Amino acid sequence: MTMTHEPTTAVGKAANFAETRVGASKMVREFGRKIFPSHWSFMLGEVALYTFIILVLTGTFLTFWFKPAMGHAIYEGPYVPLQGVEMSEAFESTLAISFEVRGGLFIRQMHHWAALLFMVAVSVHALRIFFTGAYRRPREINWMVGIALIALGMGAGFTGYSLPDDVLSGNGLRIIDGLLKSIPLVGTYISFFLFGGEFPGVDIISRLYTLHIMIVPALIIAFIAIHLMFVVIHKHTQWPGAGHTNRNVVGEPVLPTFAAKGGGFFFMIFALLGFLSGIFSINAVWAYGPYDPSPVSAGTQPDWYIGWMDGYLRIVPGWLEFYVFGLPLSLNINTALLAALVLFGAMAIWPFFEAWLTKDYREHHILDRPRNNPTRTAVGVAAVVWYAVMWAAASGDLMAVFFHMSLNDMIYIFRIMFFLGPILGFIITKRICLGLQRKDREIVLHGYESGEIIRLPHGEFQERHKPLDPHKLWKLMAYESPRYIPAEPGPDGKISKGEKRRATIAKYFYEDRVAPVTKEELDAAHHDHHALESGSHEAGSRGSIGH
Amino acid sequence: MTSKHLTAEAGSQLEQVNGHTNPGLPEHKPRITDSSPQAERITERQIAGWFILSMIGTIGFIVSYFLFDSEPGTYDNLRLQNTAFGITSAAALAGIGIGVILWARQLIPDAEVVESRHDIAGSEEDQAVAVEILNQAKEESGIARRPFLRNTLIAAVALAPLPAILVFRDLGPLPGDSLFKTLWGPGVRLCQDPGMVPEEDRYIRAEEVTIGSAFHVIPEKMHESEHPLDEKAKAAVLLMRVDPRELNTDPEKEDWGVDGIVAYSKICTHVGCPVALYEHQTHHLLCPCHQSTFDVTNHCAVIFGPAKRPLPQLPIAVDDEGYLVAQRDFPEPVGPTFWEINMRETSVE
Repeated sequence: MTMTHEPTTAVGKAANFAETRVGASKMVREFGRKIFPSHWSFMLGEVALYTFIILVLTGTFLTFWFKPAMGHAIYEGPYVPLQGVEMSEAFESTLAISFEVRGGLFIRQMHHWAALLFMVAVSVHALRIFFTGAYRRPREINWMVGIALIALGMGAGFTGYSLPDDVLSGNGLRIIDGLLKSIPLVGTYISFFLFGGEFPGVDIISRLYTLHIMIVPALIIAFIAIHLMFVVIHKHTQWPGAGHTNRNVVGEPVLPTFAAKGGGFFFMIFALLGFLSGIFSINAVWAYGPYDPSPVSAGTQPDWYIGWMDGYLRIVPGWLEFYVFGLPLSLNINTALLAALVLFGAMAIWPFFEAWLTKDYREHHILDRPRNNPTRTAVGVAAVVWYAVMWAAASGDLMAVFFHMSLNDMIYIFRIMFFLGPILGFIITKRICLGLQRKDREIVLHGYESGEIIRLPHGEFQERHKPLDPHKLWKLMAYESPRYIPAEPGPDGKISKGEKRRATIAKYFYEDRVAPVTKEELDAAHHDHHALESGSHEAGSRGSIGH
Repeated sequence: MTSKHLTAEAGSQLEQVNGHTNPGLPEHKPRITDSSPQAERITERQIAGWFILSMIGTIGFIVSYFLFDSEPGTYDNLRLQNTAFGITSAAALAGIGIGVILWARQLIPDAEVVESRHDIAGSEEDQAVAVEILNQAKEESGIARRPFLRNTLIAAVALAPLPAILVFRDLGPLPGDSLFKTLWGPGVRLCQDPGMVPEEDRYIRAEEVTIGSAFHVIPEKMHESEHPLDEKAKAAVLLMRVDPRELNTDPEKEDWGVDGIVAYSKICTHVGCPVALYEHQTHHLLCPCHQSTFDVTNHCAVIFGPAKRPLPQLPIAVDDEGYLVAQRDFPEPVGPTFWEINMRETSVE
């Protein structure tokens, strides 16, 4: 250690201690001025991270009182309506946390609200990644890590939701039991092994507890660590903009700006959750009562992020269950698991599929504006619509009541929308994107509408279009537009079957294309405008729109 | 500092896109706090104000903890206390959050900084060294030269996790015939379900069940069984009386009801929710979870929704003392469909 000077201040001494034990200066040097681009859409992942931290804090608090056991108890606590009622220790301790531990209800509600917000944040964050193409090379693995985090978040949410052992959570477990039993061949065994015998048994709460407070959070923490490590390795993506290139990253340094903004944002998320938990009741288990396999009220729903699978179970018709040699194939139930696999699986392979279609295996660090990749955006919207239809179907009964409609008609509508919704979403979105691209071309070539009316010498009135400043102009014209690449022969001079298939799909995906404005077009348009300004009748070039 | 302001290198390194030249970062516009010391002082006071609000919030939280305490054994002030916790904690946390963000936005230099990206793959030298290390490890360990050792090791490692899987065997018993049996059997009396309040069995007389009424029913002595909830999850029954003229009774099941009183499993054949909603006018049973609808007048056949199988009917009769009893167990398994559902007969005693 060749420190040339001995520190004298307390801070200096502490810094010296850290430096000589862990080499702190190297870390500060590496991370202290790392650049993070600043944009609201980049804060969605931060919301997820911060709500997760709050989940760990509040969840740890709850473990000090919660008893994950199903032994029988007769309630004798302060909540009068349940006095003398038989319940599990898990439910009894949940009531104790709510009514007897000061601040217990507040923390319990904060834990639940934070879980709901966490799932919102990870979902919207994933949408941002998808619609901007941020998953492209080199970030494909991190995209899959993110998908795993969504699935783990659902797992954490469901296991936690089931712990209080109230009527709603018990019915949720009952549905899981039915879902497991519908799996061919091994379903009954999986159910018996999970519940320690018949449903509900006496083991499920303590087993879910282990999953909820240890295994799932440990996995989430591990995946978050990998997720963030990749952000460091790859550096953050950035939006297209003047001065932004594929080889640089423009933004704020970690110290002090990003750290201050991020830290402040953490406290604001925390404040929001504090406010929600103080004002808005969530999961009032005392109103539902302890789990009893017999009652359930109308309008039952799971937490929002499980809703899409529950909605799926509602809209699938019963005739999809049939028997082959007496063996049941409950496609009306077990395809819910399949739907989840399809959604997550399609998300996972999408980056590779897109690269294969476009033959674009390059690194991308500049994001796409969603309109500039119409087909991708349309596919994303189709998936969102599909999800949203299933999700809304989980509230079909409530909607039917609200709109004074027949419940059956409501479900028929959802059944139709299950197929039609994504198709409509795809077509409409693609057209909107192409339209927006054409609008961008217009603005680039002919300027924006200034609202100033001019009168030409021959009497014609025109609105003066003004050119954008070069920085805004750059954003509208400096992008890559994926194009259809026809089938190409391989090294042996033959076009392979796979290549033919690729070309067929790619043609559908990328045939409709609005080309970005080139330098020549821009110069020509400027020339026309000068001509126009000097009184020529010649109409401005419309700019070529085509393949 | 590894990063530089772009202005120093503008133009030279910015690649062209579609033939257009990147104009470089826009000129940084100073904020009012950058140029006016007075504005800076005002901002400073504003930010300190947020931090002071935070301190007030924190103190408020502590005060509400004691001030809105409930009497022992009650929760009379819970609502007030919880609201106070929400407002005070929001102030305490938002004060810090907003203050720090304002600090960052107004006082910390806001000029954008540029950092260049590096190749993710290592340099050729890195790769060469890595390959060399791996080759050396291969040589020194002899993993390539000693296939016998390598293959036996792979086999050993592949086998080693088997006990770790095996020890999970006792997570649960095998299903056996448990899904084919419930507490119902010949002569077992029908009792009103008291919910989760423990009380004596209340038997049901046939004349109590008037037309249009529905009873939530459990078997007698259920609470004396080893796992009452497990039993209830299979044995819960809904008992209704329908005008016999409205029932389309299957001739084989003619004697399964008593003067229009019929009993059906309450456990949905879809995924097992309790089919708790009875529509008196239409004689439909509706599952609140996924809206499967069963027609009581037609042996609870599915008329809508995701369920496939009808709700199993419990054959009932009246015993010597006038109470409703089961004739036997359900003729088929209750609840969700499972793989082995047709593999054995349900126990007929």
